[in-house]
Amino acid sequence: MEYFLELFFGGLTRGSIYALIALGYTMVYGIIQLINFAHGEIYMIGAFVALIVAGICTIYGLSGVSILILAGIVAVIYACAYGYTLEKVAYRPLRGAPRLSPLISAIGMSIFLQNYVLLAQTPDFLPFPRLIPDFAFMEPVAHIIGSPELVILITTFVTMILLTLLIKKSRVGKAMRATQQDMDMARLVGVNVDRIISLTFIIGSALAAIGGVLVASYIGQVNFYVGFLAGVKAFTAAVLGGIGSIPGAVIGGLVLGWAESFAAGYISSDYEDVFTFGLLILILILRPAGILGKVTKQKV
Amino acid sequence: MTTMMQEFKQSIIVSIWFVFLTFPLVVVRVNTMNNVVEWRWMNMVWIAAGSFVLSYLWRYMLARKLVQKKVEEAGGDTRGKLQILLEDESFRYKAMGVLLIVALIYPQVFDTYQTTIMISALIYVVLGLGLNINVGLAGMLDLGYVAFFGIGAYTFAIINHHFDVSFWLMLPVGGLVGCLFGIILGFPILRLRGDYLAIVTLGFGMIFKVVMENWTALSFGPSGIANIDKPGLFGLDMNLASHTNYIYYIMIAMVVFTIIVTNRLKNSRIGRAWIALREDEIACVAMGIDMARTKLSAYALGAFWAGMVGVLFASKTTFINPASFTFMESAIILSIVVLGGMGSILGVILGAFILILLPEYMRAFSEYRMLAFGAAMVLMMIFRPQGIISGLRQKYEYKGLKGQSNDG
Repeated sequence: MEYFLELFFGGLTRGSIYALIALGYTMVYGIIQLINFAHGEIYMIGAFVALIVAGICTIYGLSGVSILILAGIVAVIYACAYGYTLEKVAYRPLRGAPRLSPLISAIGMSIFLQNYVLLAQTPDFLPFPRLIPDFAFMEPVAHIIGSPELVILITTFVTMILLTLLIKKSRVGKAMRATQQDMDMARLVGVNVDRIISLTFIIGSALAAIGGVLVASYIGQVNFYVGFLAGVKAFTAAVLGGIGSIPGAVIGGLVLGWAESFAAGYISSDYEDVFTFGLLILILILRPAGILGKVTKQKV
Repeated sequence: MTTMMQEFKQSIIVSIWFVFLTFPLVVVRVNTMNNVVEWRWMNMVWIAAGSFVLSYLWRYMLARKLVQKKVEEAGGDTRGKLQILLEDESFRYKAMGVLLIVALIYPQVFDTYQTTIMISALIYVVLGLGLNINVGLAGMLDLGYVAFFGIGAYTFAIINHHFDVSFWLMLPVGGLVGCLFGIILGFPILRLRGDYLAIVTLGFGMIFKVVMENWTALSFGPSGIANIDKPGLFGLDMNLASHTNYIYYIMIAMVVFTIIVTNRLKNSRIGRAWIALREDEIACVAMGIDMARTKLSAYALGAFWAGMVGVLFASKTTFINPASFTFMESAIILSIVVLGGMGSILGVILGAFILILLPEYMRAFSEYRMLAFGAAMVLMMIFRPQGIISGLRQKYEYKGLKGQSNDG
């Protein structure tokens, strides 16, 4: 039972991170029907920036939670800047181009950013400082769920609630929903669509960076390649839940997290990635619209 | 004057923005082991100057693209000189003849090292042409193409290891096994649209690698399979140099074979169906084309070439392991197709030579190879989506009845 609970919470933690990244995919896909392949790279850049800030802070004598917050804030700012620039450089000139063009551009950007970090920093794994402290009150249950897991769960939960509020209640959120439903119509009623698209990329990037910082300090290392796999898995989560749907991304992330955790725990951890992609292929065969996605008819 | 000032101001802003953007990653490097921060201010100057110049170039290219689009809309000719030359049939045949002669005497002129490099470039030519069927003609983005290449290589390596079957027998078998896997994977994902297809094929590529790494009973795991037989020639004993030349000629034959087949395919009924499917799926199905069969045939054929080259690759290197079949490899093949020109046979060949030979001869820049590939893919899509050489479509001209054309 304890083993089960450990896997359960491990899967929950992992799944909530997937969900956080998947939200970026799903929001962008909902608006411009593009798989933003470089999204995983934004996540990685977020983690790297946090590592650098944390490194500088440690050397200049700051310590503890203040580093975590400072590193997190700088990472989010930079991830937003990268997301914004990414959209402006690689996707905006391709609006209205055939569908394959922005997709290839996205893959190119993903390769570019990976190698940019590889060349600018290092090809090796870098140790990431353990920024999340161990809480004393977590001691009795630490073998099932540790403090980092708790922090990750709370942070992702709060972030998701804030996001939901932003989209459901605010003016900007309304404009985003309008753009998602019908871009031309939104433009007609005075929504600045270009700005909304930029904003979507910025919000998605911020979420990815939060995920990146949390995971990096949880696992304790980063390199230039971590974003790619995380990105692909988060995309799987988004598809699983129904791409374009925000609650779908969360559910998809959690399902994927549990599936991976239990499969690795009870079957074999060597084939973890095989399970993920097997699940993706299975979902696409059985229910291409995903768990919460609506089946849309293509119109001519 | 004011526009110049404006342009200058814009470039300055871009420059400052990129300096800000790249600052933590390019300038700072933290060594947490020794607790030192390395500040690389020189890089910042490079970024500032580089982005300043590039922003001018960027605007110039965007403006040029707009002008070209206008000319095209007015019905004008936007083809470059090279493109016009290549569309001239008599020139094409002459050029092909010259190229074939050059290709045949190449290993006699250059040494074994150069020939080896050329072989790997030719391997990529065939891979590019194979992927071109999927991506260029049928418009299906395949990000796991290297898996089929790996399947071919492993099929040969494993069977050769256990049963000692020769290269020549396995060459078609490798292709067919690749083809089989293409069909197996192809069936479930036929209904998927472009972007889903991309992610599933990507997943397939990763599954292949993970399975090969972990299923040690079959594939000997990460340590790979060594001592694979080289292709034989009626039991003749050959030294290394002549063996390399021999493989080179096999490769040339394969390239020629691939070119002929894909060229014939392109203008055949099925080839036209692929292109139609790429352009508009719904209209294509409405015209009575069997979508499943058409897509599956493209997928299977693409996989067939990859499988066949895989056999040759295994036999050339005599050693394979899962590390040869990573996503990066798929990305390289994809950039060959994208850069060369999707759907264009000549373009893909040129693309393969540029992308494989250039880094080989410019060793100093070889670490920037993937960075340049990624950037090139983005820039190509924005400024020249048709690639270096755009695909030639067969045209039918009506020249009037014989002898009457001057009367009217």
